[in-house]
Amino acid sequence: MKSGVLRFIRHKPAVCGLVLLLAVLLASALAGVVYPGDPFRIVGKPFQPPLGEYLLGTDMLGRDLAAGVLYGARTTLLVGVVATVIATAVGVTIGGLAGYFGGRLDNLLMRFTELFQTIPFFLFAILLVAVLGASIGSVIFAISVVSWPPMARLVRGEFMTMRNREFVQACVSMGMGHTRIILHHILPNTLSSIIVTGSLMVATAILIESGLSFLGLSDANTMSWGYIIGAGRTVLRTAWWICAAPGVAILLTVMAINLVGDGLNDALNPRLRSL
Amino acid sequence: MSAAGPMLRIEGLSVSLPALADRRHAVEDVSLQLSRNEILCVVGESGSGKSVMSRAVLGLFPSRHVQPTAGRILFEGEDLLQATEQRMRELRGNRIAMIFQEPMTALNPVMRIGAQIEEVLEVHHAGDLAARRARTLDMLAAVNLPEPQQILAAYPHQLSGGQRQRAMIAMALALEPDILIADEPTTALDVTTQAQILVLIRDIQRKKGMGVIFVTHDFGVVAEVADRIAVMQHGRLVEQGWADEVLNRPQADYTRSLLAAVPSLMPGPKRDFSGQPVVLGVKALSKSYRTGGNFFGGAARRVDALVEVSFGVRRGETVGIVGESGSGKSTAARCITRLIEADSGQIMVEGIDIAALGQRALRPVRKRMQMVFQDPYGSLNPRRTVGRLIAEGPIVHGVAPATARARALELLELVGLERRAADRFPHEFSGGQRQRIGLARALALEPDILVADEPVSALDVSVQAQVLRLLADIRSRLGLTVLFITHDLRVASQVCDSIVVMHKGRVVEYGPVADVYANPSHDYTRSLMAAVPGRKWSQGNEASNASMRTA
Repeated sequence: MKSGVLRFIRHKPAVCGLVLLLAVLLASALAGVVYPGDPFRIVGKPFQPPLGEYLLGTDMLGRDLAAGVLYGARTTLLVGVVATVIATAVGVTIGGLAGYFGGRLDNLLMRFTELFQTIPFFLFAILLVAVLGASIGSVIFAISVVSWPPMARLVRGEFMTMRNREFVQACVSMGMGHTRIILHHILPNTLSSIIVTGSLMVATAILIESGLSFLGLSDANTMSWGYIIGAGRTVLRTAWWICAAPGVAILLTVMAINLVGDGLNDALNPRLRSL
Repeated sequence: MSAAGPMLRIEGLSVSLPALADRRHAVEDVSLQLSRNEILCVVGESGSGKSVMSRAVLGLFPSRHVQPTAGRILFEGEDLLQATEQRMRELRGNRIAMIFQEPMTALNPVMRIGAQIEEVLEVHHAGDLAARRARTLDMLAAVNLPEPQQILAAYPHQLSGGQRQRAMIAMALALEPDILIADEPTTALDVTTQAQILVLIRDIQRKKGMGVIFVTHDFGVVAEVADRIAVMQHGRLVEQGWADEVLNRPQADYTRSLLAAVPSLMPGPKRDFSGQPVVLGVKALSKSYRTGGNFFGGAARRVDALVEVSFGVRRGETVGIVGESGSGKSTAARCITRLIEADSGQIMVEGIDIAALGQRALRPVRKRMQMVFQDPYGSLNPRRTVGRLIAEGPIVHGVAPATARARALELLELVGLERRAADRFPHEFSGGQRQRIGLARALALEPDILVADEPVSALDVSVQAQVLRLLADIRSRLGLTVLFITHDLRVASQVCDSIVVMHKGRVVEYGPVADVYANPSHDYTRSLMAAVPGRKWSQGNEASNASMRTA
């Protein structure tokens, strides 16, 4: 484990990503301190360019963009992380059971997974939010529902190979139960792949969330990056900064998460790298 | 033959290792010579540098950190270490060719065999298309491949292991090289196939007057093919000389210990179990696999892995199951331990038919029969300390954790490891040590029956000898009944009281080991016995030992 941390620290892009990610976290944590009050509050004249009275300018209603971006970070991270946790839990459970037990159960669970994979995931997410109504809960639910199948496939593959490894067979021949073998022996050995895929899944979840709010399918009472972009797109030519500020925030966050994910991959699966 | 004197001279060759490796040099100050028309066997255990040394002749180094630091490799007076990449390309394949251990990975899987051999000829501008095709067919015929026309159009996966190795040899010999480097060319093959390939290499070498560097870890193979022998240890040459000298009158201590570790073909003293009850009785065990069928039906291919296999093991006895790959010996072991489900048949463990038990009823019975696995790297969970690995089995069966941990420490001592080993992870141990840990884990449940599936096949010969001694010692101390699966008739003769010879899923012969070895009754057993490499040499040794004893 120690050597894993060391390998991660040596991976320069990953450390850059981690620093960026910590900055985003800090921003969302300090949003209430720096900009107390409601981010939807109108503070001044509309359409003020950046670096004037307000750091990032104001939007078409005169709301402070900087406050919007900071509060938006909260929503975005919350949605990304919670949706990923749910999707990972579902994916690991279904994939693990399918891979471990194989046979009929595997067949059944994988056909079920394919059912989800046949529908274009973004359209499916739009449909779900449209049906359930635009709230933060339904956005998280929609993202989880469209995100778990790849995780299930990955975990199934890992479990299938682990199932035939001799150390697992040794556990069986010692008379251990399935639960013990799955939780104590196979899962810890697949954890690194799950963590890596999960970290990259956060980035995808953020993109889906932004896309949904851009289309107006998000909680109208919650500030999010996608919402700001969606609101500002009509005035893109005259007030570019309204879309640019949250756009850059999404770009940097997703990039940071991807860099961290790559770093984790190298740190946790050192055998994949050549000398 | 033309020039007198050696064709290839390696002088003071040293090859460095990366800074973090456990020793400075892969090869250190090695000097060797190879003449025309001789086979030089380079023998050593894993990590002895024998592969790196032989590949250096072709200018092949495993990475840019492993490079020659001193010495010369003179091929007809030309130093190959100084040669340009262009010059090396001219020599490779053309004058110096190589065959590898695993023909499946050394052949390109998406190219037809014919195209791969023709490509070698094409690279070295040997003739036009028709001439190349004719030459390829000649070569395939020369390595005794049946129906060369069909082989020409086949992909590597469509051939058997032996056929692939023959195709590799055909490819290596296509341009009639002066030197052939063979890196463990028969290690991945079954013994009967190995015997054929060894004869083939010997024949072709004699016919073409080539010099062959034959790298191997197996002294049996060495006794079959070598004219001269070079023994390597830790990157250094410890002994070289004529085959007869090195095999029968070794000078270096290391060579002596290696030769002593080669298991004899003479069965050990006979033990009598006729009065003991049968604790493991296998009756008409059958298992078949279906492949190729799919969701929409389709024609499934049926492979019979086990056909009506029956035998019995008496208390305290060791029964060996021997056979080549695909004979069903491992399937039998896994069916008997219920790791895979047999289609039909009985497995009687002290009067209970465990084949009929459900998973839940089976669990308490499992501890009476424990398994030791082949792969010392794959059979231990890499994320658990050795102590926990050993103690876990008893804990699952209701032993108090503290008691189980104390017992684990005792077991570590029993298998010849230190108690401190309990806090370390499997990757910190060598292959032989891991196999000891695997044994300790199996013993932790205090089983009556131990099923060992090729437990020493992945180990070097000296380590193999140690593990076999340990197994014999523990067996007699604990009165264990052992089912021992192996492909190696030498190992079987040393540990088994009775053997079951399997071929294509069927038991072809079953009896006391001494009887089966002395008078094999089935044709297959006879061919298996005849194929054991170095058989004549071993028998010569035993005869001389016996005469020394009587004298």
